[in-house]
Amino acid sequence: MQQSNRLRPFFENITFDRADNELILNFGPQHPSAHGQLRLMLHLQQEQITKAHPDIGYLHRGMEKMAENMIYNEFMPTTDRMDYIASSSNNYGFALAVEELIGLDVPRRAKVIRMMLLETNRLMSHLFWLATTALDIGAMTVFLFAFREREYLMDLIEDYCGARLTHAAIRIGGVPLDLPDNFIADLRKFLDKLPENIKDYEDLLDSNRIWKMRMENVGVISKEMALSWGCSGIMLRASGVEWDIRKEEPYELYDEVDFNVPVSDKGDNYARYKLYMAEMRESAKILYQVIDMYAETSPELMAHAPQYISAPKIDIMTQNYSLMQHFVLVTQGMRPPVGEVYVATESPKGELGYYINSQGGAYPYRLKLRAPSFWHTGILTDLLPGHYIPDVVSIIGTTNIVFGEVDR
Amino acid sequence: MRAYTPKDNVQKKPYYTDRYWVAPQVAKSDVSEDAVFSADLEAIKAKFDVLDAYIQVKQMVVVINAEDNYGVIELLKNELDYNQLSEMSAIDWLASEGKFEIFYQMLSMSKRKRVRIKCKIDEKESIQSVEKLFRSADWSEREMYDMFGVVVNNHPYMKRILMPDDWEGFPLRKTYPLQGDEFAQWYEVDKIFGKEARDIIGPENRDSARVDRYDTERFARLGHEVPRGADISQGEPDTPLVYQETDGVFMIQKFDAEKSVVISDRDR
Repeated sequence: MQQSNRLRPFFENITFDRADNELILNFGPQHPSAHGQLRLMLHLQQEQITKAHPDIGYLHRGMEKMAENMIYNEFMPTTDRMDYIASSSNNYGFALAVEELIGLDVPRRAKVIRMMLLETNRLMSHLFWLATTALDIGAMTVFLFAFREREYLMDLIEDYCGARLTHAAIRIGGVPLDLPDNFIADLRKFLDKLPENIKDYEDLLDSNRIWKMRMENVGVISKEMALSWGCSGIMLRASGVEWDIRKEEPYELYDEVDFNVPVSDKGDNYARYKLYMAEMRESAKILYQVIDMYAETSPELMAHAPQYISAPKIDIMTQNYSLMQHFVLVTQGMRPPVGEVYVATESPKGELGYYINSQGGAYPYRLKLRAPSFWHTGILTDLLPGHYIPDVVSIIGTTNIVFGEVDR
Repeated sequence: MRAYTPKDNVQKKPYYTDRYWVAPQVAKSDVSEDAVFSADLEAIKAKFDVLDAYIQVKQMVVVINAEDNYGVIELLKNELDYNQLSEMSAIDWLASEGKFEIFYQMLSMSKRKRVRIKCKIDEKESIQSVEKLFRSADWSEREMYDMFGVVVNNHPYMKRILMPDDWEGFPLRKTYPLQGDEFAQWYEVDKIFGKEARDIIGPENRDSARVDRYDTERFARLGHEVPRGADISQGEPDTPLVYQETDGVFMIQKFDAEKSVVISDRDR
């Protein structure tokens, strides 16, 4: 056995034989279809997997530890780095958890803008998923098409908050900015064209023989398995469980908008693909309704809670007491009440939960991030055995895991 | 004299504390206010000791004895229809009471309710695995062990998950500093180059905001420029600043002030 504490050539990815004719293959940690740093140790009989052992932690940054050493507002940009494909949804989950802890009510316009950001992020995430998964399977055209649309949405987000990937566009207590003038018109332009775009993707993929062979009846997750492994989001709905947190435990204005929750009972890759496409249509539907809501809201953007939230800029610049409070909130941070809260939101990947234990201090005593991809990676242990090597790529693709979120 | 810093909690502390500050509490309400929760609680109480139970932020919290954890979660799963274990982890209370608090976050999709089961164990105690009931506990319990060192009994593969297998120390304990301990700063040096290279390489700098005043290879100070790599530990040479403009501006070479015309009339 080689010593592991020397820089010596160590051919990790070379498969080696064992007496029982079993091959062990190291898939990753650098593999283009692993969507990050995933190492899979696969035990193979010929090309069939008999045992899979996912190894994670290559992107571990200790976010929970960092959270314990940061004031609440300071942690907001760090949440961006979890699911960096749809970072506003991470911001939102954290903001909502702290708001529940404090008991804040957010102004309606902030809610509308948050809904717009969340659904735009969902579209971005699903488009990114489609692009990369199709590319893994070999469909280059879909990749280019979907990235074109995602690029438009990223520009739109950039118009709103100035950032394209790590938005930090939501604050505890509301949103920092109102929509820019062109935002709604641009968004509407995108939404009007989206059904056509989705039809383009589906024309390319739905009846594509290669796509179907790689997707249909591959990676079948049963209902029991999905529930037992803590799957959420599309991973759960593709296995026949109708559970969407936006519908079942509505937050923001999801109880006022009309949308469907697409469900499939097939549980295979293809079912998940169909659900992603259907969810994009539903997101567009929500966005249309939210756009209409925007006009009839009053212009407040942040909740009024002087103990926790800074006053509007105009007050800070004109009123002494607001300035003092702002100073204290920036330098020392807000101190939420003593207590604990677990808040789950439906991020594009699944159930994104924040557990916060506050001891009344400016730093959270414990913050646990419940990232959906963590369990969607874990399920590979049970899901991969029985499949063949090429299926690994398509299964990882449809689980839609992001390693910023798995490793945190 | 150096300021005393308690070693049992080395996390960041506020630099200002108000002696008279009384922290408000998140409201706890009685379980009897919710019909579904009170029925669930009765079912748990019938079989197990319940130390405390209340509703906080729309979720029921039930505190039980640590040895009942498997039984309670089995009951919740099989009889009370809590079909998902969304999350489980630990909280470090070693500094104040020498205990870990373990929480299980359960979800019932049919009732649309969430329940948090909590129990406390001593530092050296271990807890029963619930992996047989929920496969998701497989990875959560490994993560809990990795981060806190809480050993879980009857777990199929009790190994570290996020940190390397040969890591020492448990990062989420309050005694573990944010920048890592001494083991952490030598880990990569030892691993890659071997222990004998420690003197040559030195410990890894794990403070991302550190600036070394005497390091002229990687850090520069505006207004105190010295040649790159110069040794300034014995004091730095006085470097007179030379501005381009003293010998004429770089781009404008043939500027002759005598021949220049000042335009006073904009509309000329």
